[in-house]
Amino acid sequence: MLIRILIRNAFRHKLRSILTITGIAIAVLAYGLLHTVIDAWYAGVAASSANRLVTRNSISLVFRLPLSYREKIRVVDGVEIVSYGNWFGGYYRDEKDFFANFAIDPVSYLNLYPEYKISEQEKTSFLKNRKGCLAGKKLTERFGWEVGDSITLTGTIYPGKWEFVLNAVYEGRHKNVDETMFFFHWDYFNETLKKERPFSADTVGFYIIGIDKPENAASIAEAIDATFKNSLAETLTETEKAFQLGFVTMSEAILKAIQLVSFVIIVIILVVVANTMVMSVRERTAEYAVLKTIGFSGVHIAALIIGESMIITLIGGTLGTLATYPAAAVFSNAVGTFFPVFNITIKTIVMDAIVTLIVGLFAGMFPAWRAMSIRISEGLRKIG
Amino acid sequence: MNMNNSIVSIRNLTKTYKRGNEVIHVLENISLNIGHGEYLALMGPSGSGKSTLLNLIAGLDQADRGSIEVGGIDITALSESELARWRAGNVGFIFQFYNLIPVLTAYENVELPLILTGLSGRERKEHVYTALKVVNMEDRLRHYPSQLSGGQQQRVAIARAIVTDPTILVADEPTGDLDRASAENVLELMDRLNRDMGKTIIMVTHDPWAGNRAHSMRHLDKGVLSGSNPDFL
Repeated sequence: MLIRILIRNAFRHKLRSILTITGIAIAVLAYGLLHTVIDAWYAGVAASSANRLVTRNSISLVFRLPLSYREKIRVVDGVEIVSYGNWFGGYYRDEKDFFANFAIDPVSYLNLYPEYKISEQEKTSFLKNRKGCLAGKKLTERFGWEVGDSITLTGTIYPGKWEFVLNAVYEGRHKNVDETMFFFHWDYFNETLKKERPFSADTVGFYIIGIDKPENAASIAEAIDATFKNSLAETLTETEKAFQLGFVTMSEAILKAIQLVSFVIIVIILVVVANTMVMSVRERTAEYAVLKTIGFSGVHIAALIIGESMIITLIGGTLGTLATYPAAAVFSNAVGTFFPVFNITIKTIVMDAIVTLIVGLFAGMFPAWRAMSIRISEGLRKIG
Repeated sequence: MNMNNSIVSIRNLTKTYKRGNEVIHVLENISLNIGHGEYLALMGPSGSGKSTLLNLIAGLDQADRGSIEVGGIDITALSESELARWRAGNVGFIFQFYNLIPVLTAYENVELPLILTGLSGRERKEHVYTALKVVNMEDRLRHYPSQLSGGQQQRVAIARAIVTDPTILVADEPTGDLDRASAENVLELMDRLNRDMGKTIIMVTHDPWAGNRAHSMRHLDKGVLSGSNPDFL
């Protein structure tokens, strides 16, 4: 019976309830979307493996390292695989068609990234073809590429038209794998450089190192950097996670602002729902007095009010959470490859649920306390 | 009627309210006995303290001084929660404006006080049907208050008041919002509850026509009780 009362009370003023529910849904949607944006920022960090290290020039990523370092790194204790690559920075058709593209050593690189799922046939084709390239599934969908297509990238750092043949398409083995990247053979890249920009040849932008055990990461990184101490190109080696975090740190202020905005949204909706509940309870003061008169305790009254608040917020929260999925899809399409991984995580859904429950509880607490503390004789005077 | 036969026994009851720095004496040293099965009308002008006295008897308010025993229980000694439990089992309320819960049907409104009892669903149903039958509203049980006339709403409110078979029925201006015909129906019904079911009824009214339907009458004026009843102390 109490549940029946609180459900019917929740929809006594249909327009007010619908507007409040809509407000909550929009707030939860905005909260979920902002948290997904934050998660997307950290996607690279989340996808990092504890078994991989990144070595780069200690001055800056802009400065390259000699290819000859590869053999010296390989002999460091605990190192199992050494791969390398260069950020290419080319674009397809138009500069707006940006996506991440790298020249890599394909065999070692794919050994280091088992999370890239490629059919054996396509992988073999890619490894054999020096002008071949490998692209993520989302990237091929974006431009309508199919295996066998010729793709021309325009270089920005390395000017000119660079032609490739799409030999393979990869998919992520799990959801946080970036499927918008483009890889091609470092050898092809290097040979071209030798002809056109010989001073840039035989250098790499970074080394990716596979290690035996994650717990050895610090000592191996130290050993690698020590190897190149006092050389012309000193190195900085860190875990892949730390390397990715370095990029995120550059945007820390923006992320903090997003977090603050998401918090403000929740506070605003809390005030809106609390106001709705205060209005409803004020209108029903006499009814609560009657319930008290016939023996209902203050706890019963509080349960009715908080329950009503919870019903309204739970409906709004559920609608908001459900709406986050299509909204995220639209947002992801709109921003293109700026956020290569844009997934709504379980953590975001759980946070949505927690926020909804907190808003429902707190919005109902103050009016419940007021209704509990009002004297019956005072409440009955509000009749008529 | 002697004191041993009293269901309500009030001794030296005093109640004041504060309005700013001003202390308003609403009830002054009231003593009163109400017997089992009595039908008492408390009358008096507005502000005389009759509703305050009714609220104190029904355990809705706390006295400053004095004692109120109902059915042998000193309700002035009960805590808020004890009073709530006591009211649920011992007092039936009839209000001037019916005070039905608008989102509940007539049936659900009558069932409401039974939620606090340990009765099963089937037992509650039996009680509700019986109460609605007593007030002749069994054919309107699926109606919401807004679909009923004032008189019908008051009859449902009376059914709600009697459904727990309370020790006393308290009615605060039960006909105050009704036309004469509906008021007559309600008073007739209260008469029957007193006569046929032996219910003790305490009714506050300022309407002499309604007051005359009671078996005894007390007058309150400026917080002081007077009256013609021989049991008046």
